[in-house]
Amino acid sequence: MSTTVHIEAIVNGREHALDVAANHTLLDVIRDQLGLTGTKECCVVGECGACTVVVDGTPMNSCLMLAVEIDGRNVTSVEGLATDGRLDALQQGFLDLSAPQCGFCIPGQLMSAHALLQDNPDPTIDDVHEALGGNLCRCAGYLQITEAVLAAAKAGKE
Amino acid sequence: MTINGPVGTSPNRVGGRDRVTGAQQYVADIHLVDELHAKLVKIDVSRARIISIDTTKAEQVSGVRLILTPDDLPRPMPRFGPQYADRPVLAVGTVNYHGEPVAAVAAETKEAAEEAAALVEVEYEALPGVFSIDAALDSDAPLVQDPSVRPGETFADSNIKTEFNFGWGDIAAVEGEADCVIEREYEFPMITHFAIEPHAFIATLDGDELSVWSTIQHPFQLQKTLAKLLDIPLSKLRIFAPDPGGGFGGKQHPKLEPLVCYMALKAGRPVRLVMSLEETFQAVRRPSTRVRVRLGLSLDGTLVFSDIETNYLIGAYVDIADRVASKSSYVAAGPYKVPVVKIIGRTILSNTTPTTAFRGFGVPQITWARESTLDEAALELGIDRLDIRRRNLAGRGDEFVPGDTPADGDWIQTVERAAELVGWRTPMPEGRGRGIALGLKSGPTTGLSYSTVRLLADGSALVISGTSDMGQGARTVFAQIVAQEMGISIDRVNVLMGDTAIVPYDQQTSASRSTVLMGTSIHRACKDIHAKVRTMASRLYGVAENLIEVDGGTVRIAGEDHPIVEVVQESMAPLGGEVIGNGEMRKDKEPDHPLAGSAAFFEFNCTAIEAEVDPETGEIEIIKHITVGDVGTALNPQQVQGQDDGAAIMGLGHTLMEVLILDDEGRTRNLGAIDYRIPTSKDLPIALISESIENHDGPGPYGVKGVSEGSLLCTAPAVGSAVRDATGLIIRDLPLTPQRVWEAMKEQA
Repeated sequence: MSTTVHIEAIVNGREHALDVAANHTLLDVIRDQLGLTGTKECCVVGECGACTVVVDGTPMNSCLMLAVEIDGRNVTSVEGLATDGRLDALQQGFLDLSAPQCGFCIPGQLMSAHALLQDNPDPTIDDVHEALGGNLCRCAGYLQITEAVLAAAKAGKE
Repeated sequence: MTINGPVGTSPNRVGGRDRVTGAQQYVADIHLVDELHAKLVKIDVSRARIISIDTTKAEQVSGVRLILTPDDLPRPMPRFGPQYADRPVLAVGTVNYHGEPVAAVAAETKEAAEEAAALVEVEYEALPGVFSIDAALDSDAPLVQDPSVRPGETFADSNIKTEFNFGWGDIAAVEGEADCVIEREYEFPMITHFAIEPHAFIATLDGDELSVWSTIQHPFQLQKTLAKLLDIPLSKLRIFAPDPGGGFGGKQHPKLEPLVCYMALKAGRPVRLVMSLEETFQAVRRPSTRVRVRLGLSLDGTLVFSDIETNYLIGAYVDIADRVASKSSYVAAGPYKVPVVKIIGRTILSNTTPTTAFRGFGVPQITWARESTLDEAALELGIDRLDIRRRNLAGRGDEFVPGDTPADGDWIQTVERAAELVGWRTPMPEGRGRGIALGLKSGPTTGLSYSTVRLLADGSALVISGTSDMGQGARTVFAQIVAQEMGISIDRVNVLMGDTAIVPYDQQTSASRSTVLMGTSIHRACKDIHAKVRTMASRLYGVAENLIEVDGGTVRIAGEDHPIVEVVQESMAPLGGEVIGNGEMRKDKEPDHPLAGSAAFFEFNCTAIEAEVDPETGEIEIIKHITVGDVGTALNPQQVQGQDDGAAIMGLGHTLMEVLILDDEGRTRNLGAIDYRIPTSKDLPIALISESIENHDGPGPYGVKGVSEGSLLCTAPAVGSAVRDATGLIIRDLPLTPQRVWEAMKEQA
C-alpha cells in the first residue's frame, strides 16, 4: 500500500487534519476523502478545468496537484462559495443568466471566476475570457458565463 | 398570440441552483456501500485475433476481486445494439477497433483496478484492418463483420453495411434542361462528442432487483436492452439516470452498461465504472463523411436537379449509425424546391470507434457539402449567394420532399433576418469576407412520451417525466408549462426524472423533441387535471359541469373566475388528497414512409458569417457569427439562446479545429484533452448573435418547434463561404485549421 502523509489544511473555512496517500491528487482527496463532489473530474491532465479549486487565492487544477501540497494551505471548492445557504454574487449571476446548461463544468468555471474577482474586482470581457480560458464548456455557454462574471463583478461594487 | 404567465419568460433554470452550488449529483458522484471499482482491459491495436488472456499476475494485486474475461460470459457472447445486435459485451475472438475492451477488472480501489488491468496479459496477433472509406471499399479489403453475423443482408460480403436510396423524378430526363451542371466532393472528418462528463455506470443487485445508474440519455432503451440480455422483467430492472453532464447524442444508447451488470452479478457486489475521457473518446464519435453533390441549374440559378451521394464511415459495430445515415440523407437536398432528386446514402463499416448520434444527426456533414457546392454553382453562374438560396427556398406549405411534412415555416424570414444582421452586400473592410448557408433537419419521426402531473393539496405540483435533462433545460420548460396551466408559481413545481421505477415510459431524449413531444404530453396531463377540477368544482359549488370552464389556472363559473388552487384546496380540505393528470403523446410509425415516419417539425436555420483570414498564419477570425432559427415559439427565450449560442460554437469546433487523428494502423493518436481541441472562451467570434423567428406555428404546446441542433447544421459552409469570399480559396475538407488554410494559400500563390 502507498505511504500516507498527515496534513493539515483549511478547506472551505474548516480546519481538516487528514491522512492522505502520498500519490493521491488533491482532486482524489477532495472528492473521495472529503466527499466534496462538486469538484468534477474530466480530463485529469490539467486541460479542461472541471476540477478547478482555489488554493491560497490561486485557481489550480486539482488533478495536477498532489494532496500533500495543500498542507498548511487554504483551499476553496465550489461548496465554499455560498454562505449559510445564501448564494454568493457569482453563483447568483450564473443562475440568473442561465450560465449552467448541463452544469458539469460550472464548479470549475465558478472557481476560476472567483479567483479572478478576488484579484481583479473590475475585469473586462477579455480578462474574463483569459481567466476562464482553461475551463472547457462543451455546451458552450461561454457568452452567458462571461455575462454572469461581469454581472457578479458589478454586483460586488454596489 | 399573447402568452401570459411563465410560458414565454425565462425563470431561473430548474436545477440551476444545484448546478452552481456543486450539489448536483452526476453518476460519478454517487457511491454505493461496498462498491467495487472497475477498469477496462484494452490493447493498443485496432484489429487483432486474441490468442489468450492470462490473468495470473493481475489476480495477485491486492484488492482485486474479479477479472471478467469472455470465458465468464454466456455463450454465444451476448450482443446488443439499437439497430443490430452486433456489439459484444466484451471483444470475442477478435478486437475490431482501437480501444475495444477485451476484459475488465473489479477491485476495492481505483488504483488496484488500474494496476491489475495493466497486468492482464493479452496475447494477440495483429490483423490488417480498414480505417478509411477507400480502404474499406477496396475489393481486397478484410471484412470488418463476418458475413455469418449479417444473415440475409444485401452487402454482407463487403464492408458496405447498408445503402439507402431516396429521391423523386428521373434525372436522365431533365439532365438536358440544366444550363450548368456542377459536381463536387466534400469531406467531413471524424470528431468526438467530448461531453465534459465522461461516461459512468454503476450496477448492483439487491435481492432480485437489478439497479443501474448510467449517464444514459435514453434510460428506457437501456432498460429494454438489459432486460433482454439478462432476462430480467422490466419491473425488476431499475435504471437511475441522473441528469447527464452533457450528452450531444453520445450518451443515447447503451455502451458499457451490460458489461458492468455482468460484473456486478458475478462479483455479488456493486460495481462502478467511471470512464476516463480517453476511454470515452474510444466509445463514441461522429461518422466521417464523404459527400458527392451534383447539381443541375438554370442560368438564373433555379435548381433543376440534385444528385447526392453520401458515404458515412462508421465503426466496427453499427450502434445507431444506419439511422443517422438514412435520416440525414433523406433531406440531403435541403430546404429547396428541387423538381428531381436522387440520393444514395451508404454506411461503410471500418475498424474504428463505433459511430453514434451526434448533435445534428448526420446533417452537418451533408450540409457542408450541399451548401458549399451551391456556393460554387453561384460563383460559376455569377449569381449572388443569398439570391440563389432565396430563389430555390421552399415556401410555407411546399411539399419540398414529396410525401413528407410540407415546409412548416416562413423560412424566408429567417434568411432575410440573418442577411440583414450580417450586413449582406454592405461594404466591409479589406481582407474580409462573408458567407451564408441554410440548414434543415427533420425533427423526430416517431415518438411516445407519457407523463404524470400531480397537483397536490397545497396547490403545488409534481411533474413526472422520463426525459433526460442534459443541459437543454427540459426540467425548466416542463415546470413552466405546469405553472402556466395550473396558475401557480414555478417555484411550487418540482420535476422528477431519471428513475424508471417512478417515471412513466418515454421513448427517448433526442432530435430536439422534448419540448414538442414530452411538452405536449405534459400539457395533456394538465388538461386531464383541468377535467377533474371541473368535476370537483361542480360538486363544490353545486353547478352543472357544462357551465364550468377550466383553462390556464382558472376555473370559470357563471362568469366568475376562481383560481384552480382555491377549488382544489377547498375540495380537499376534509381528507387531503391530490389531483393526478396523465398525458400521452404518440407519434406512430408510418409504414409506407421511407423513414417510417414523417417529420414532426423541421429545424430550420440560417447562419451568416463575416470573417477575416490572417495571410501570414492562415488563421480564421470570425468577426460576426449570425444564427437565426425558426423556433415557432421561444418557450424560454434565455434557454433558446443558450442552445443556439452553444450549438453555434460547437459548430465552430468542427469547422475550425476538431479532428480525430488515426495512425496508419488505425489507432487514435489524439485521445484526450491535450491533443483534441474544442472551442474555449478564447475562440469565440467577436460578435455572436442568435435570434429566433417566432410565428407560433409549431406542433408543440403554445406553437413550439424543437431547437437545440439548428445553429450547428450549417456553420461550416457559412464559414467556408466567408473564407472563399475573403481569399478566393475553396477548401473542401474540414477542419479549416490555420495549417490547412495556410497551405491552401501557398498553393494558390
